[in-house]
Amino acid sequence: MIDYNKVLNQSFVDIKPSGIRKFFDIAEQMKDVISLGVGEPDFPTPWHIRSEGIRSLEKGKTRYTSNHGLLTMREEISKFVDRKYGVKYDPVDEILVTVGGSEAIDGAIRALVGPGDEVIIPQPSYVCYEPITILAGGTPVIIETKAENEFKITPEELRAAISPRTKALILPYPCNPTGAVMRKSDLEAIAQVLKETNIIVISDEIYAELTFGGEKHTCFAAIDGMRERTIVVNGFSKAYSMTGWRMGYACGPREILNQITKIHQFAIMCAPTTSQYAAIEALKNGDEDIARMVEEYDMRRRIIVDGFNKLGLTCREPLGAFYAFPCISSTGMTSEEFCEKLLYSKSVALVPGPAFGKGGEGFVRASYCYSIDHIKTALERIGEFLKEIG
Amino acid sequence: MNIKLLKLLGKNARYSVAELATMLGADEKTVKDQIFEMEKSGLIRGYKAVIDWEKLDSAAVSALIELKVSPQADYGFEEIAKRVMMYPEVESVYLMSGGYDLCVTVRSKTFQQVAMFVAKELSTIDAVVSTATHFILRRYKELDVILTDGDDDRGNFSL
Repeated sequence: MIDYNKVLNQSFVDIKPSGIRKFFDIAEQMKDVISLGVGEPDFPTPWHIRSEGIRSLEKGKTRYTSNHGLLTMREEISKFVDRKYGVKYDPVDEILVTVGGSEAIDGAIRALVGPGDEVIIPQPSYVCYEPITILAGGTPVIIETKAENEFKITPEELRAAISPRTKALILPYPCNPTGAVMRKSDLEAIAQVLKETNIIVISDEIYAELTFGGEKHTCFAAIDGMRERTIVVNGFSKAYSMTGWRMGYACGPREILNQITKIHQFAIMCAPTTSQYAAIEALKNGDEDIARMVEEYDMRRRIIVDGFNKLGLTCREPLGAFYAFPCISSTGMTSEEFCEKLLYSKSVALVPGPAFGKGGEGFVRASYCYSIDHIKTALERIGEFLKEIG
Repeated sequence: MNIKLLKLLGKNARYSVAELATMLGADEKTVKDQIFEMEKSGLIRGYKAVIDWEKLDSAAVSALIELKVSPQADYGFEEIAKRVMMYPEVESVYLMSGGYDLCVTVRSKTFQQVAMFVAKELSTIDAVVSTATHFILRRYKELDVILTDGDDDRGNFSL
């Protein structure tokens, strides 16, 4: 009999599945749930993009691509990033096509972090940064961003988190789950703190195309002096509704990108070929799709934010991604209690804020990747729930 | 804002003025006034439910009828169309380019009734040269609304 405790990697085993896992397991099995729980778009991938994927299969493009990804793909990414964010990257060796943004984050952290290194992670944020840091032997240093700062990190918080061992800073904006964005001036203040250090920034900009209220996304690498210390992570899942295609990319200085590419080469070989052909079409002809979806998200966003506020659950205006992050502390419940009771009594699924880090306590995440009617039904039921609990 | 407002109403005419105002980031009075103006000017002609008649047991029968007509000097396409559209069975009438002139959709209770309507009412109009009747077997999408049940395969959660 094998004693699995002895054969498994202890540093991985020690990563505790979040306590909330139990809640998810129950919820996932319930039927007829009005869910606001998913973090992926409801739109199908635009047809012309799917069609290019199909065409590539018909043409027999079913082999490996270069480890970096198709050169055409990297050229299109280079043009896109320049056109949208005003940053230039050499398609030859400063861009890597990855299996979703997730692989780019994993590769970036692994390329930078070794035992004893610290990685500064603002939370509430997406769940992968902390475990990947631990797997690389590093130590996560959490900054709990505050609602009163609109869940942005401040230069003071950053300064306090930096130590001689700090290797990297994760910048997860626009932010899942808070919907927070860092404007150009906010990023410039962060840049001031970083300027005299050797800290590398991993800027997870997967929601960059989904911002609201007029002002466009600012890429951290576009901030004066920051390009040399930034790995930009982006991808196609959110902007083009392409989650299942697993298409992402990393851009950065070649000295760093070469190392990430090495990891990618050994672990992955290359990103899926069919998906790369589809993604090329997205980059070339997808601007209108994004505009259409953003317009739709924007209307849903206004309805859901207005709805929560009218129900007395204070909800700031999220300026990016596709989540509302209302405060439920007025109910006297913890986030998990709130979500559990709401699920059992009204079959409405929300994600408890602490799923994204301790600082999420008192909040819940509501995705608005759903039709207006669906959102309205969910809000009505949440209203009934609030009345019942008095 | 008018176009956006129209698009929203075109999608779902039952949004309340308050909801429309929220979605458009406008105030309620402006939205209300604009809707009133558009109704008055005839830009908005009406509001109806999109009904999937096939879900009823006593299902209705629909047909699309191609009409070739020969307009006269004092009796042009418009007059013919006006005559055709007066029948209560007729759901819509369009003037077409291409192989025929008027496209008429008709709904009635049975195949027989539709056939008789074409034979007795439409074919007998002097200006009508010929008809071709196509029965509609199934509707998949009607007025922008998909009539097949949705297939959201995303599950309840993903982070």
